[in-house]
Amino acid sequence: MRPLRATRAPVIHRSKPLSGPDADFASGEHHDVEPKLRLQGAKLFGRKSRRFDPAPSRLSYRMQRWMLTPGVRRGLKVGLPIFAICAAVGLYFSAAERRDALVAYANDIKTSIQQRPEFMVNLLAIDGAGPGLADDIRAVVPLDFPISSWDLDADQIRDTITGLDPVKSATVRVRPGGILQVDVVERQPVVVWRTRGGIELLDDTGAHVERIVSRKDHSGLPLIAGKGADAHVQQALELLATARSLGNRVRGLVRIGERRWDLVLDRGQRIMLPTERPVRALERVLAVNEVQDLLERDVAVVDMRLGQRPTIRMTKAASEDWWNTKVDVSSGQ
Amino acid sequence: MMTDLYQSQRAMRQMRRQAMQRGVVAILDVGSSKIACLVLRFDGASRLNEDSGIGSLAGQSGFRVIGAATTRSRGVQFGEVTAMQETERAIRTALQTAQKMADIRVDHVIACFSGANPRSYGLDAQVDLEGQVVTEAEVGRVLNACDVPDYGAGREVLHAQPVNFALDNRSGLIDPRGQMGQSLAVDMHMLTVDAVAIQNIVRCIKRCDLELAGIANSAYVSGVSALVEDEQELGAACIDMGGGTTSVSIFMKKHMIYADCVRMGGDHVTSDISMGLGVPAHVAERIKTFNGGVHATGADDRDLIDIGGDTGDWEHDRRTVSRAELIGIMRPRVEEILEEVRIRLDAAGFEHMPSQQIVLTGGGSQIMGLDGLATRILGQRVRLGRPLRVHGLPQSATGPGFSSAVGLSLFAAHPQDEWWDFEIPVDTYAARPFKRAVRWFRDNW
Repeated sequence: MRPLRATRAPVIHRSKPLSGPDADFASGEHHDVEPKLRLQGAKLFGRKSRRFDPAPSRLSYRMQRWMLTPGVRRGLKVGLPIFAICAAVGLYFSAAERRDALVAYANDIKTSIQQRPEFMVNLLAIDGAGPGLADDIRAVVPLDFPISSWDLDADQIRDTITGLDPVKSATVRVRPGGILQVDVVERQPVVVWRTRGGIELLDDTGAHVERIVSRKDHSGLPLIAGKGADAHVQQALELLATARSLGNRVRGLVRIGERRWDLVLDRGQRIMLPTERPVRALERVLAVNEVQDLLERDVAVVDMRLGQRPTIRMTKAASEDWWNTKVDVSSGQ
Repeated sequence: MMTDLYQSQRAMRQMRRQAMQRGVVAILDVGSSKIACLVLRFDGASRLNEDSGIGSLAGQSGFRVIGAATTRSRGVQFGEVTAMQETERAIRTALQTAQKMADIRVDHVIACFSGANPRSYGLDAQVDLEGQVVTEAEVGRVLNACDVPDYGAGREVLHAQPVNFALDNRSGLIDPRGQMGQSLAVDMHMLTVDAVAIQNIVRCIKRCDLELAGIANSAYVSGVSALVEDEQELGAACIDMGGGTTSVSIFMKKHMIYADCVRMGGDHVTSDISMGLGVPAHVAERIKTFNGGVHATGADDRDLIDIGGDTGDWEHDRRTVSRAELIGIMRPRVEEILEEVRIRLDAAGFEHMPSQQIVLTGGGSQIMGLDGLATRILGQRVRLGRPLRVHGLPQSATGPGFSSAVGLSLFAAHPQDEWWDFEIPVDTYAARPFKRAVRWFRDNW
C-alpha cells in the first residue's frame, strides 16, 4: 500500500505542536529521522523522476505479466544460463587451432602422468621357457625399454606369445619394480610325425611343436605317419600304449586314407586296424598272438578291418611253402 | 433471456473451476474511492476439514492471501464505471502491484462492485415431485418454475440464490436433496443490476488481459465477511459505507435475503467539507480522516484545525476552523446517509426480523462516534464490524474498508449455490431447438 503523501501540506500555524502521525503527515515528506546530510541534487532528481500517475503502461504491464509466467521464469533462470554457457564454449572452440591446442594440452598432461617412474617398465622376465624359446619370445615381443605400463597391451603380448608353436599357454603381468613378467608353459612333444614335407614333433593334442631334421635325435618318441595323423594323436597314443607288449618290434603307426590306422612292425609286418574301435581290434590280435604266436610266424598282414572276418596274409615264401606241403597235410589227415 | 444468463454465469463458474485448479485467483474490489486487489492461493481442502469436521472454518480455510494492493480509484463513481480508461489503468496498477507481491502471474479474477441500482426480488415456486425422492433435477425444476418478475430491460440478474426449501409442510430446509416428500417449494432471492455496469466492468477486466471468473455484489460479500456466523444465522443487516455508495444487505439463516444501495457515501462527506471550508478535496479528505467526527463536545470549540492553502495570501493560507464547525458540516450528511439506510431497511421489513443486529463496516464507518449516531437512527443493536481474519492478509488490509475484498475471497473459496448451478430441465432446452441452433450460428459466425 502506498502511504498517502501530502504533496501540498498546509502551512503549520497552531498553538500546540502536532504530535503522533499528524506530525509525520504534516511534515510533508514521510521520513522518521531527518538525515544529517542532504544532497539537494538528489532530491531535485528524485522529484523530477516522480511520476504523477502510478499506473503502469500497457506494455510494462504485459511485460511484467510475461515475466511472472512460470515457464518464462524457469527459462530465464535455467535455460538462459545454460544457453549462454553453451554458446560461449561453442564460439570459443569453433576455431580449429583452439581445439587442437586443447587436445595437445590434454595429451601433455596425460603423457606427463604416464611417464612417471612409478609406471615405467624396464625389464622383461621370462619363466618356464627354454633358452631357445626365450630368445624367440624376445624376438616376437619387440619392446624397447623403458616403456610406460600404460602403453603396454598385456593381452596383445600374451596373444603374440601364445601364437608361438612351442608355447602352450602364457601369462603376462607387470610385477612391482617395473618388471614385465611372462610365465610360459611349453608344449611337450610326445610323437614324431613323418610326412612328405619332413619330420615334426607333435604334442599330445596334435599341435605342432617343432620341426626336426633327423628322427634319430628323438629316438625315444614313437613314430606316426600319414596324412591327417596329427589330428588323431590321442588315439595313436592309446594304440601305442596297447601295443606296448610287442616291445621294440613296433615301428610306428600309419594313418591310411585319413580314416584308420595301420600298426607297422618290423619284418614288414602290418596290422590293419578298423576305423571303429581300433584299440579293441588290436587287443584281439595281441590276444591271438599271445596264444598262437601269430606275429612270430610268416605273416605279412593281419587284416582286422572287418571285425567278423579277421584275415591274415602270409608272406610269399610261406605261401609257396604251404603249397608244397599241402598234399602231405591232406594225406596225413 | 433465461438461457443466456445461464450460459454466461456457467461460463464464469467454469472459469472459476479452472482458476481453482491452477490454484491462483485474484480478487478485485472495484470501489469508488479505492480499488483493492488480493491474490489468493488455494491449497486444496484444509486438514481440519477432513479430521474433525469443524466445517469450513467460516469459509476461510484452504486459501491464503499472497498478494495485496490498493490504489486510488479513478473513473468510478457511485460504484459504477464512468471512465473506462481510467478504471482500466487503476485496475492495472492494483493488479500489477499485487502480482508483484505474490510473485506469480494471475489470469483469473473475481470482481465485485457496489453500485448499478441493485434491486432485490423474492421469488417462490412449488412443484409436485415426479418421484418420491428429491433429486438434483427436481431442485432444478422447482427453481425453473419460479415466476420471474419483469425486472425491466437493460437489467441483468447478478445473484439468484435459493434461500429456503420446503418439502410438503416442512420448511426451513437448507438442502432437500435425497429427502422424501410429495411437493417441493423454494424461496429464492434474486438481485438484478444495470446490465451496462456489468458490461463496463467486464470490459475493463478483459482489457487487462484477465479472465473474469465471477462477479458479485459488494453488499453481499461485505456481509459475508463482516457478519459473524450467528449474526448471519439469526438475522442481521450489514451496512457497508463506501466512498460513493452505502450498500445495505440483510442476512437471515446464512443467506442474503435483501440488498440495496444508497448512492451516498464518504466522498459526499468530503465534498461537503471541501465546499463548506473552501479547501481542495484532498485536504478535505485529510481533515475528515484525522479530525472528523459526528459528536461535538465543548472541547471541540477550542480545538482549532489549520486548513491552510497555497495561494500566497497570508490571511487565506492561515485559516483555521474549529472541530465543532467541522462536525457541524459532517454530521448532517452522515445523518442523511443513515436516514436513507433506515428507509431502505424499513422498506425491506427489517423491523419484523427476529434479531435486529446492525453491523456498520466499510471505510466510512471509521468516522469517530458513528456508532453512537447510528444507534439513534437505526436501532439499539449497532456495532462496528471488521472483516474476518484470513490467512496471510497484511495488517494494512485488515481495516473495515477491506470487508468487501475479504468477503469476496471467502465467496471465491465457498460460493453460494445459485440458480445456474442446477441443471435446467430438459423440456426447456427441447422447446425451441431450431431457434437455439440459429442463435448458436449467429453467435459463433
